[in-house]
Amino acid sequence: MAGRIGVVVFPGSNCEHDAVEAITALGGNADLVWHREASVTGFDGIIVPGGFAHGDYLRPGAIARFSPVMAAVTEFARAGGPVIGICNGFQVLTEAGLLPGALQKNAGLKFLCKDVDLEVVTTDSALTGEAHKGQVLRVPINHFEGNYTCDDRTLEQLRDDDRIVVRYVDNPNGSMGDIAGICNEGRNVVGLMPHPERAYDALLGSADGAVLLRSFLTAAAVANV
Amino acid sequence: MPQFKVRVEVTHREGIADPAGATIERALPALGFDGISGVHVGKSIRFTIEAPDEAAARGEIEEMCKRFLTNPVIEDFAVEMVG
Repeated sequence: MAGRIGVVVFPGSNCEHDAVEAITALGGNADLVWHREASVTGFDGIIVPGGFAHGDYLRPGAIARFSPVMAAVTEFARAGGPVIGICNGFQVLTEAGLLPGALQKNAGLKFLCKDVDLEVVTTDSALTGEAHKGQVLRVPINHFEGNYTCDDRTLEQLRDDDRIVVRYVDNPNGSMGDIAGICNEGRNVVGLMPHPERAYDALLGSADGAVLLRSFLTAAAVANV
Repeated sequence: MPQFKVRVEVTHREGIADPAGATIERALPALGFDGISGVHVGKSIRFTIEAPDEAAARGEIEEMCKRFLTNPVIEDFAVEMVG
């Protein structure tokens, strides 16, 4: 049975409808969840979508993480519920402490909006269960602050624990370890800068993101939160 | 309650790339400003805080900086009382 997905909406989010469309097109059910909601009960999976939550003031995600819904999302994640953060959503998850590291300005100081190739590094995550290790996916990026940064110990730990989920084939933004996406220790929380919800159908230029969202739907369907 | 004027300077942690600083450093020679190195771009945050004394104010500011005003993964801060 397809899970019910909650797509969080902050003031300034702008990819929430794309996420709902993509999930619906892939056979799931998705509803928007306003950031002032204090509960995500009834959802089997959560997407924190892209955009500019709270205007990205101070730092991307810095204010969003104090929105009431984030306490509920954190509780959901701690209970093992699948959560993915896409682009700004990834930034929010790092600020909220659900994922390690931080996203800083792209190395070339350019806003990047283009298709990139991603390599699936692990299939043991809420986003890649149905992909193949080493599979290359063409998915768009659309960000200014996508340069993944962490200390050396964290990077080593991510590598040792096989928690780098997707990696850029040709690093566009200076990310450490070519990291495009990572997961938490429980492997149920995944953050990535590229936008699979903008690449779920050939009509959009690529359907390569569909396998990621289908994996997420499967993770949500089997989650028992 | 006494009021303290505060300036918090937010900078990149040592070893964290500062692409804005690097870009400015590369641009300066083109304008004829030679011999400039170590350019870093940070943020300056100013506010007024009420506290019983300066030590209490500093404690509160430090907490604010750690929890909200900076991201300790990539940023450092310096607190200056300006009045």
